[in-house]
Amino acid sequence: MDAQSQFSGGFQNAPIDAAHAFRTAMTVMARPGEIRRITGGQPPAPLSLAAGSLLLTLCDPDTGVFLAGAIDTDAVRQWLTFHTGAPFVTADQADFAVGTWHSLAPLGQFRIGTAEYPDRSATLIVECEDLRPAGSVLTGPGIRDTAHLSLPDVPALQANAARYPLGCDFFFTSGDKIAALPRSTQIRAEG
Amino acid sequence: MTDQTKTANSERQDWMGLLARAPEDVLMELWAEMGGHPRFEWLRSPEVGGVMVRGRTGGTGAPFNLGEVTVTRCTLVLQDGMVGHGYVQGRSKRKAEVAALIDALMQTESADEVRARVITPLGCRMQAVKTARAAKAAATKVEFFTMARGEN
Repeated sequence: MDAQSQFSGGFQNAPIDAAHAFRTAMTVMARPGEIRRITGGQPPAPLSLAAGSLLLTLCDPDTGVFLAGAIDTDAVRQWLTFHTGAPFVTADQADFAVGTWHSLAPLGQFRIGTAEYPDRSATLIVECEDLRPAGSVLTGPGIRDTAHLSLPDVPALQANAARYPLGCDFFFTSGDKIAALPRSTQIRAEG
Repeated sequence: MTDQTKTANSERQDWMGLLARAPEDVLMELWAEMGGHPRFEWLRSPEVGGVMVRGRTGGTGAPFNLGEVTVTRCTLVLQDGMVGHGYVQGRSKRKAEVAALIDALMQTESADEVRARVITPLGCRMQAVKTARAAKAAATKVEFFTMARGEN
């Protein structure tokens, strides 16, 4: 039995799968630099397994999603609408934005929250070629000494961290691997 | 992508509405009689939730919230890739599954058979119940006749 349709690839057992995926998302956000596997969803290309599973877990009809660049296809839109009901919005209103680093630039177009409500900011899901525990040096909450993560653009992320408590949070996905970078993490280029 | 616009939407609305309101025992009986049940895969397993039913009084009335209704929904795909949605009243997952299967089959070549063996008899039975109830109510109707009032 392998009848495929544009809606295939949701969680097989939604409560359990979503709980596992949510736990993974929480863990990587709490421990910046840690790389975990996140599975459950089988999204249509070009969305990666990790990004698809994360969207299934986090999105609902109240969260605006911005699909950047090549990710913005009819197949992805239909799949996401069927499984989550999330509305598609422009970059400046997005709660979640998905795309490669280049398609998401410039970072300034996303919401960074307000002084009263720093949580009203965008979370960016960045599709990467590869994720390695090497490269930039991370320090801050959730990291014992230092952590390493291959980040796409250190100056832009340093500027984002400098805005703390405002700013965006990031998930980095590649295949079924996921890592995260909250705005509270300090970043140093390798040195 | 399967083209679902071939079936006129109003027609699909009719059978979806009928399946949503159908009493479970009658639907199950007709479905069992039909036989030849196709194999399918879940796209969305049956899940129970509530929807707000809205109403209007009259053609120009503003919409108001009538109340919440428990609804079970599911989506499945047949072997040939045809997608069926089931949205039914109540919390019977089995009924939602059958409704989704019928919805999928109604978009395939077996539509005429399904219509003849399930949809039409189901509609007739539900109409019969409605008519019987209306007849019972009509029997209790009281006619009032106003006498000519002597006002002059």
